[in-house]
Amino acid sequence: METTIERLTTPSKANLEIFSETLCQLAAHDKDILVVTSDSRGSGKLVPFGNAFPDQIVEVGIAEQNLVGVAAGLASTGKRVFAVSPACFLTARALEQIKNDVAYSDNPVKLIGISAGVSYGALGSTHHSLHDFAVLRAINNLIVAAPADAFETAEAIRLAAATDHPVYLRFGKKAMPALPRTDQPFEFGKGRVLREGADLTLIATGETVALSLLSADVLARTYQLETSVISMHTIKPLDYELLQKAAASGAPLLTVEEHSVFGGLGEACAAYLLEHNYHNPFKIIGIPDEYTVTGSQTEILGHYGISADGIAQTALQLLKRSST
Amino acid sequence: MMSEKELALQSVAYRQKILKYIVNAAAGHTGGSLSCIDILNVLYNTILNVGPGNFNSPDRDRYVQSKGHTVEALYVVLASKGFFPEADLETLCRYQSHYIGHPTRKVKGVEHNTGALGHGLSLSVGTALAGKMDHRAYRVFTLLGDGELPEGSNWEAALSAAHYRLDNLCAILDKNSLQITGATSDVMNSDPVDKKLEAFGWEVRHVDGHDFGELKRVLGSTPFVKGKPSFVIAHTVKGKGVSFMENQRNWHHGVPDAQQYAAALEELSDAGESLLTHF
Repeated sequence: METTIERLTTPSKANLEIFSETLCQLAAHDKDILVVTSDSRGSGKLVPFGNAFPDQIVEVGIAEQNLVGVAAGLASTGKRVFAVSPACFLTARALEQIKNDVAYSDNPVKLIGISAGVSYGALGSTHHSLHDFAVLRAINNLIVAAPADAFETAEAIRLAAATDHPVYLRFGKKAMPALPRTDQPFEFGKGRVLREGADLTLIATGETVALSLLSADVLARTYQLETSVISMHTIKPLDYELLQKAAASGAPLLTVEEHSVFGGLGEACAAYLLEHNYHNPFKIIGIPDEYTVTGSQTEILGHYGISADGIAQTALQLLKRSST
Repeated sequence: MMSEKELALQSVAYRQKILKYIVNAAAGHTGGSLSCIDILNVLYNTILNVGPGNFNSPDRDRYVQSKGHTVEALYVVLASKGFFPEADLETLCRYQSHYIGHPTRKVKGVEHNTGALGHGLSLSVGTALAGKMDHRAYRVFTLLGDGELPEGSNWEAALSAAHYRLDNLCAILDKNSLQITGATSDVMNSDPVDKKLEAFGWEVRHVDGHDFGELKRVLGSTPFVKGKPSFVIAHTVKGKGVSFMENQRNWHHGVPDAQQYAAALEELSDAGESLLTHF
């Protein structure tokens, strides 16, 4: 499973666009598919959906609590509801509605957090969602996932539409490259191995999977290190079986996420590894607990070492530390 | 359909049961359950097209209790409608019981899990909107407490109900004018509620929330105006029916001791006797 930098640097479409296209395909055959938005159809790439299915889109205005409550009410009648709003607002302002009206009540709302992580770049912390994995992981009865590319996005949307339980999906707005295709299907709770190597493993989620693959190339070409890369798209339920497999050789493990280092993918993996007596060298790569630097998404991620080179450097340090 | 006298007698029985199960559980929201029980009585016994036989029908009327804490009122009414055996309520708030201190769908007849305030109206808007989309004739009734009106989500929901012209939605305010800290007007005044809701695009009516005839007439005549959601301000008395509990904020979640319970039952029993002889 060889990756090439050229292939990965050729972007196709933003995951959000794939989300919207997939939803259009589903809605064409199912009038119960509904989208509820909070003045977010533009940023959610839902204008084509709204034009094609004007009776299947509900606007609630800029009112995220009502967005989720109304979505839950609709879902309680059998509608297949996608509640779409920027991840920063959806998962903070409407958290109690997510907890009670969606998860606790088991109303099958599909919560779609758009422009997640630091997608909004220089718009600043008000618009960043670096907390969503952490807060949603602690809520019972909610699948939490961040698809990495077009394939994972389309599959996640189809599966989310088909399930009778709540799901949270997180999407960035940057055009993403197509990742290496494997014969592994997409299933919630089952990570996908996109590259195999014996020296270390990068466990990434969402948009950082592509960066991790690029980093694996850097490590191979410059440092002759063979890296495994896992797309751990589902943060909850976490794929413990795959994690166990990755940890079994004792090789270093690094997690990569566009999220606070607190409470996300990294800590979820760490807790499992510690509780099951794995002592692999381990490092969580994410956004540190500080006032986030100003910049574009790429600049912010790069500042915190979430880039092909940055991840490679952290991996090298971890390998060096573990060999001394 | 139950007559006003039958409804009045039924409410006496409901009040006795509310107290019985609160005493048994040593927990509950006594004052508010007693203030809203006449409204629930009229809804379930004269207005709503819902019962154990059609609870899974997409065409049933829906009742959503936004002021979830007065769950004892809802439970005794649902039991009387045959959703579950009343004896189940012996387990109220007990270890491993489904009958918890706020409405939960694990209890048959409950439409939505509620209890955190300010959620019921949005849930009702979504449910009513689905009815409009599918051209179903069902109506959605939701009960709000006046203490929960400061929750901002109510006002988000109120906007959307009017925007979508949800005349299949009726919100009822149990305006007992007291909350845990004191008078609602002192804690956070929401008056004039009628003018606020009218300005939001709702059609508003006032009723005496303990007058069965008025409740039947007003709740039975929704929508008040085609194309508008209906809002009913039910003026009620917290602790209604037990004189020493009436209008006393400390009965918000006060549990009667044995002596108080006996006195309350006696007063309610006298009220029932008096209805039989004088109504």
